[in-house]
Amino acid sequence: MNVLQVSGVCKRFGGLHALSNVTFDMPEGQILGLIGPNGAGKTTLFNVIDGVYPPEQGQVFFRGQDVTGAKPYRLARLGLARTHQIVRPLNDLSVRENVMVGACFGRQGLGLHEAAKTADEVLAFVRLEARAAQLAGSLNVAQKKRLEMARALAARPYLLLLDEVLAGLNPSEITAMVEIIRAIRAQGVSVIIIEHVMHAVMNVSDRLIVLDYGQQIAEGTPQEVSANPRVIEAYLGDPKLAERLLAST
Amino acid sequence: MNPWRHPGLWITLALTLGLGLWPVVLQKAALRETIFTILLSVALASSLNIILGYAGYISFGHVVFFGLGGYVGLYLMNTLGLSLWVALLAGGLAAALLAFLLGKAILRLRGAYFALATIGVNEAMRAFINNFAPFGGATGISLNFKVYQAYGGAANALWLVYTILLVTTLAMILISHIVKNSKFGLGLMAIREDEDAAEVMGVITPNAKTWAYVLSAVLPGMLGVLFYFKNGNIEPGDAFRLSSSIELLVMIMLGGAGTVLGPVIGAAGYQALRGFLLTNALFKNIQLSVAGILLLLIILFIPVGAVGWLRRRFPALRRLLP
Repeated sequence: MNVLQVSGVCKRFGGLHALSNVTFDMPEGQILGLIGPNGAGKTTLFNVIDGVYPPEQGQVFFRGQDVTGAKPYRLARLGLARTHQIVRPLNDLSVRENVMVGACFGRQGLGLHEAAKTADEVLAFVRLEARAAQLAGSLNVAQKKRLEMARALAARPYLLLLDEVLAGLNPSEITAMVEIIRAIRAQGVSVIIIEHVMHAVMNVSDRLIVLDYGQQIAEGTPQEVSANPRVIEAYLGDPKLAERLLAST
Repeated sequence: MNPWRHPGLWITLALTLGLGLWPVVLQKAALRETIFTILLSVALASSLNIILGYAGYISFGHVVFFGLGGYVGLYLMNTLGLSLWVALLAGGLAAALLAFLLGKAILRLRGAYFALATIGVNEAMRAFINNFAPFGGATGISLNFKVYQAYGGAANALWLVYTILLVTTLAMILISHIVKNSKFGLGLMAIREDEDAAEVMGVITPNAKTWAYVLSAVLPGMLGVLFYFKNGNIEPGDAFRLSSSIELLVMIMLGGAGTVLGPVIGAAGYQALRGFLLTNALFKNIQLSVAGILLLLIILFIPVGAVGWLRRRFPALRRLLP
């Protein structure tokens, strides 16, 4: 079954076509990479999928259900979770409480007691358990990114949208995060990942979609996409670069 | 962590109960009046704290619920001859209904826009009541003295009112604590910290905000009945005085918004200060400006309030200061 179907989605901001006729299906259990230059519409696509913006045209189906224009909280309860490109910790709450919000109001809608248990499990999974009692505002950037991830995972989603979770991390933090993403998929969660760290996204994704000026310019396996001349022109730049990226890691 | 084992809750309740029983034990009417003012502020500030401290929505016009409750209560007792108990219930319900309707209408506004809208609602209500004949228009309602006879005369009625207030205040502190340690409260605090993020995580924000607003309005509605029953008359100018709302804000900010103990300490501290200022020759006419300056200083230097400051400074105290 497709966990997500996006068909013919258009989104405009004034005269700017942020998304033009974006269409794709996403089978369950995949990691789908979403790449493209800055301003290509990647985050806008996330915002349309999870209901922050209603699209002007087109439809979004989540697990077979039409959710076009549904509110974000409805999608969260159906089993969609996301992280934000610019982290949004609930600063004055503890790290554990942040994650409990995800567990309490996500797909499972747990009570406080079970939510606390889930929170501790998920914090251990993203290796943030030592910080559980700290205020979220006191974490550093890498920890805040993991907190975003933990909050989303605590909802036990079917589909997870990761918006640049690797940006701003150092190489060893990136390796750790990539391991976490693989482990999430191993638990059966489908993942869409927006990323500029090419070697990571090329290696972790089963399939890639490339956006440029709101248009889908390519779609396929990482090998296919990195050999596509339009992608090289619009985004990668150097034809040899793609090969090198695939060779590394 | 079991919220009932929170020592801070029991300390707060014990202190409030001790304060409340003090005039009962000594049987002093003057002391009772002083403590009445403090307990009323504690209960009102704790109510406002639910929408302001937990959900992060600043309501500048919270006195509208207090005034409306008073009007509904006095009308029912005076004109329809119903008992105080029915009036209390009706006052709470009227305030809850108003909050529910307002919640649907103005809680979609954020930040300063919501605060401005609440001022507008208060002024609109004052103008409406001023011209509403059943509620006595500009002259208001004066309670027929005979009403007190059902409660053993005026003197006994004052003790009864005091007892109800004490019970209500304790209940409000308990409600405040329960809300803070509930799933509902967690959702409200998520809204306070980042409403969009809360929505993405699944908090049904329109409902959560509306219910928080209703919850923070019920008790002020009931206390309005109680206060104006004791007072004997109600007028539009007094019932919907904007400065009363602002004094409530000062109390919460002084004690610490978003904490259970903060509004209690803030209200008691503010009333003690106000008592001092009102009896001081130099300050008695400018006590409100002192409140204004106090608010300014708090926001500039300790925006988290006394309890918040202590919690940050001494993390070990977290368990004792709910």
